[in-house]
Amino acid sequence: MKLIDTPNLDDHDAFYAELLAAHRGLSEAQSHALNAQLILILANHIGDREVLSEALALARKR
Amino acid sequence: MPYDYRSYPYVAPPGLTAPEPRHKVVVVGAGPIGLAMALELANHGVASVVLDDNNVVSMGSRAICWSKRSLEIFDRLGIGDKVLAKGVTWSVGRICHGDDEIFHFDLEREPGQKMPPFVNLQQYYVEEFLVDRAMDHPLVDLRFKNRVTALDQGEDTAHVTVKTPDGSYGLKADYVLACDGARSTLRAMLGLDFEGELFEERFLIADVEMEADFPSERWFWFEPTFHDGQSALLHRQADNIYRIDLQLGWDADPDEERKPENVVPRVEKLVGPDFELDWVSIYSFQCRRLKTFVHHRVIFAGDSAHVVSPFGARGGNGGMQDVDNLGWKLAAVLHGRAPRTLLDSYDRERVFGADENIAQSSRATRFMTPAPGVERLFRDQVLALAGKAAFAQGWVNSGRLSTPCVYPGLGPDDPHLPALTRPGSVAVDAPQGNRWLLDTLGGTVKLLAVNCTAPEGLEAETVAAELNDEVQRRYLGEAEQALYLVRPDQVIAARWVEPERRKIATAIRALWEGRP
Repeated sequence: MKLIDTPNLDDHDAFYAELLAAHRGLSEAQSHALNAQLILILANHIGDREVLSEALALARKR
Repeated sequence: MPYDYRSYPYVAPPGLTAPEPRHKVVVVGAGPIGLAMALELANHGVASVVLDDNNVVSMGSRAICWSKRSLEIFDRLGIGDKVLAKGVTWSVGRICHGDDEIFHFDLEREPGQKMPPFVNLQQYYVEEFLVDRAMDHPLVDLRFKNRVTALDQGEDTAHVTVKTPDGSYGLKADYVLACDGARSTLRAMLGLDFEGELFEERFLIADVEMEADFPSERWFWFEPTFHDGQSALLHRQADNIYRIDLQLGWDADPDEERKPENVVPRVEKLVGPDFELDWVSIYSFQCRRLKTFVHHRVIFAGDSAHVVSPFGARGGNGGMQDVDNLGWKLAAVLHGRAPRTLLDSYDRERVFGADENIAQSSRATRFMTPAPGVERLFRDQVLALAGKAAFAQGWVNSGRLSTPCVYPGLGPDDPHLPALTRPGSVAVDAPQGNRWLLDTLGGTVKLLAVNCTAPEGLEAETVAAELNDEVQRRYLGEAEQALYLVRPDQVIAARWVEPERRKIATAIRALWEGRP
C-alpha cells in the first residue's frame, strides 16, 4: 500500500479547524463546490494514480 | 458559395448482360472510407469494384476535422495537396465558460513534419477529391446507383446481389468490405448489432455561410448565455462556411428543432444576423462498436464497424486508420504473401483502436453532458478551477482530438530509444533532404537504418535515414544508432540498437503472420 493511512500531518487539530473555517458562511451547495475543488487540487498535488486509487478505496470502505 | 452537388454518371454495369468474372474485392459504400479503401488497395496492386446506392457526395459538412495521420494517408492516396489547398489549417482551440474564455490551447505544428495537426474540410470535398481520383484509377471500378440488396457467403467467396436502375445482377468476390456507414445495410443483412452506449442527448449541427472575420480556430463554449446554458462548438471550414454544433438536451424534438424558424434564432444569437443557413442535421450521441470487424469474407471498416460522439474528430479519422491498417493486410493475403491470420490482426488492432476512441469520446460526452448531482458538481468545479489553476485546464474535456493509437504487443523494443517511436506507433515524419521520411518509407515493409547499416539478405528494403535534428530526437534519443522495422502502414513493428540478422528475420516473419 502506497497510501499513508497512519498519522502524517503535524497539528492536525488545527488543520481540522481550518477546514471547518473554510466552510463557514457557505450554503450547502457552496460547501459541496469547495469540497469538490479541494479534492481536484489535492489529487493533482499528490500526482500518483496508485495513491489516489487507494484513497478512493479507503473512502468507500465501510 | 454553397457547394455545387453534381451528379456522377450511372453506367449500366457489365453484370446486367453477362455474369462478371469473380472479383478480388467488392467495396460497399463510396463515402470517404470506401473510396479511400479502394484507392489504398489499388496502391497495393489490388483491383476492386466500389458500389454506392447514391450518385452524389454526402449532403452537409459531416466529418470536417482531418487529423495529421489522415492527411498523411490522403497524401499517399494522391489527394493530400488538394485537401491542404482547399481546407482550413488550424491549431488554436479556445474554451469558454459562460461567455468568457477560460483558456486556449495551441496544437502547434511540430517542426519538420509535412502535415499540420488538423485541417478542416467538409466531407463532401474529401469525397469529391477521392471520387475524381478513383474514376481515374484503372484498378478502381466505381459504380454509382448500385445498391446491394442481398449478401451471402460461401467457404471462400462472398456473393452480393446488386440493384441498379436497369435491374439486378450478382457479383462474386473473394472479400466484401462493408464501408456503408453508421446505418450499414450489410451489418443488418448479417444480423449484427452494435454493443455499447447510446447517449440520450441531442445535438443540432448546422453549416452556415457568412462573410465573417472569425479566426481559423476551434471555439467551444460550456454554458454560454447565447444558448441557454448548454454547450456549443464553432469551427471554420472552406468557402466561408462555418460549422456550429449546439447541444439541445435529451428531450428535444428532432423534427421541431431542425425547422429553419427554430434553427435561425439560435444561430443568430451566436454569430449575428448576417448568414445563410446551408445545412442542418440533428443527431444523438452513440459510442458503440461491433464485437468483431471480420466476419469470414465480409470485413467492416469505418462507421459500419464503430461509431463515436463527434467531439474528438474520431469518426472519420478512426475510419481512415482502419483503411491504413486493412489495406496492406488484405492485399498481402490476396497476393498469397501472407496467411489469412494476418486479417485477424486487423480485427485485433482496430478493435483496440475503436475501444480507445470510444473510451475517449464517452469521457468527453460525460464531461459535456454530466448527469445531475455529483457528476455535474465535479464538472462545474473543474471549469471553475480552470480559470484559476493551470492544472485544471487539462481536465476540461471538450473532446480529445484524434491521434493514432499505439498498437499493443508489437516488438521487440529497446528501452534506450525514444518513447515516441516505440513499436505499435505510427512512424513520425521528419525532413529527409528535400523530401519527407514518410514519403521515403512509402507503403512496403522497410528497414529504417539510422546511423547504421542493416544486415544483408533480409526480405525488406533498407532505407538509410539522413541524420538531422528531428531524426536524432525522434528515432535515436541518447542512442548512437538504431534499426527500425516499419510495416507497410508505416507502423513501427520492432526496433533494435544492436540489430542481429536472425532476430530481424523473426520479426519480419511475425509481421506477415500478424502475430502479436
